[in-house]
Amino acid sequence: MKKGDTLLLVGTLKGAFLLQSNASRRTWKRLGPFFKGQAVYAMAYDQRGGRKRLFAGPESAHWGPLLSYSDDLGRNWSKPKDATVRFPKATGAALKRIWQIAPARADQPDLLYCGVEPAALFESRDAGESWALVKGLWNHPHRPRWEPGGGGLCLHTVIPDPTQARRLFVAISTGGVYRSDDRGKSWRTAHKGVRAQYLPDKHPEFGQCVHKIAAHAARPGRLYLQNHWGLYRSDDAGESWRDVANGVPSDFGFAVATHPHDPDTAYIVPIESDQFRCTPGGRLRVYRTRDAGASWRPLTRGLPQKNALETVLRDALTTDSHARPGVYFGTRSGKLYGSPDAGTNWRLLADGLPAVVCVKAAVVGSAAGA
Amino acid sequence: MTTLLLPGHLGEIVGGRGRVELAGSPATVGEALAALVARHPGLRDRIQDEQGRLRQHVQIFVGRDSIRYTGGLATPLPPGAQIHVLPAVSGG
Repeated sequence: MKKGDTLLLVGTLKGAFLLQSNASRRTWKRLGPFFKGQAVYAMAYDQRGGRKRLFAGPESAHWGPLLSYSDDLGRNWSKPKDATVRFPKATGAALKRIWQIAPARADQPDLLYCGVEPAALFESRDAGESWALVKGLWNHPHRPRWEPGGGGLCLHTVIPDPTQARRLFVAISTGGVYRSDDRGKSWRTAHKGVRAQYLPDKHPEFGQCVHKIAAHAARPGRLYLQNHWGLYRSDDAGESWRDVANGVPSDFGFAVATHPHDPDTAYIVPIESDQFRCTPGGRLRVYRTRDAGASWRPLTRGLPQKNALETVLRDALTTDSHARPGVYFGTRSGKLYGSPDAGTNWRLLADGLPAVVCVKAAVVGSAAGA
Repeated sequence: MTTLLLPGHLGEIVGGRGRVELAGSPATVGEALAALVARHPGLRDRIQDEQGRLRQHVQIFVGRDSIRYTGGLATPLPPGAQIHVLPAVSGG
C-alpha cells in the first residue's frame, strides 16, 4: 500500500474483508475473510501517530466478542488473553457486541472510542491497548430506561467533534443523540426536534430511535440524522434539528454519510418502511443532496433498478476522502457497490459476501481515518 | 483425574491440544472450569462473560449429560470425569 491508495473495510455477519485499490479506484484486490464465521459490526483504520492500525470487533456466537487489531493489514491480529473491552464487575453488565470503533482527532493520536451493546461507551488512551468504561454516560439517569431497537440496545455511532477537542456525540438505539462537551464526563440529549413516530409522545425527552448520525469537519456543528422514520439536519451541534426529507421516497432508512469536502452534500439509502425494510419499488437508489437537504436526487447509474429488494444497514454506507470522493455501500444480501465519482456512476465491487453490516473507507497517508 | 475436552478454537488457545488433564479432583464443573482457566487464562473470556456467567451458546457435558439438566456449574463430578466444552448448535 502506498500513499494515496484506497482501502475499504467491510464487516459482515461471517467475517471481515479488505479491498485495496489505488487512487483511480478502477480495480480492487480483495483480502479475507478474516475472523471466519464471526460477525464483524465494527472496523476502523487508524493512521494517526505514525500507525497503520486496522481495528475490528469480531464476535463469535459461541465464544463472545473480542476487540482485535492488526498492524500489517490483516496478516496478523492481536489476540489478547482477556477481552480488553469489558464491563466492570460492579455494573453487572456483559459485553454483547462491539458496534463502533472511532479514532479521535489527529491531535489526540492515542485516543479512541468504542460504542457497544448493551449501550455504553468505552475509551482508550493508549491507541487501543486498554479500554475503560466512560462512566459519565453509563451513570446517566436516562440509561436504565433506554430500550433496545431491532438491532439490540446499542451505542452504534461515536463522533468526536472535528473542531472542538472536548466535544463528543454518541447515538443510541433507542435513546437518541447525546452530547458531551467535557470529554465524556457529563452528557445531555441533543435530539430536540427529532420525532419518535412509534411512541404515543412524539417528542419525548429521550427514546428516539436514531439509526445514524454523520458530522461534517468543514462546517462545525453540522450533522445529518437518519431516524427510524425521519431525516434531519442540525446546524448547531444537535441543539435543534429540522426535517429535511424533501423529495425522498421514504424517510425511513438506516444509513447516512457525508461528503468529505462539501458540507451541503450527504448520501442516504431510503428504505420503504419499518414493516418492509427493503429499497422502495425494488429499485436500489442512493439519494444525494447537494443543498443540505433542501432537495434529494436519486443516483441510479450502475445500480439495479428492478427486482432489487435490498437493505443497507446503518454502518454500511460511507465515503472516502479523495478530492473526488468515492462512495461505497454494502447490502444485507452481500453485495458491495462503489462509486469513484461522488455517486454519479456505480459498480458492483463484490457479490456473494455474507450480509454486510459495516463499510469504512480510508485513503492511505491521509489524516482522515476510517 | 478429570479430563477436559475442548473443540478446535479453544484447543488452539491451550496450545493446539484439545485435551487438558487436571491433576486434582475438582468436586464440581465450576471448580474444574476455574482450574482450567487458572492454567489457561485465555479461555476465561471465551467460556464466560465478564460477570462469570457461562456464555449462552456454550454447552458443557459431563460424560454424555448436559449440565443444563444436572445442576449447571454446581454439577458434581465423579472420579475420572470427562468434561466436554462444546459450541452449541444454537450459535453460529
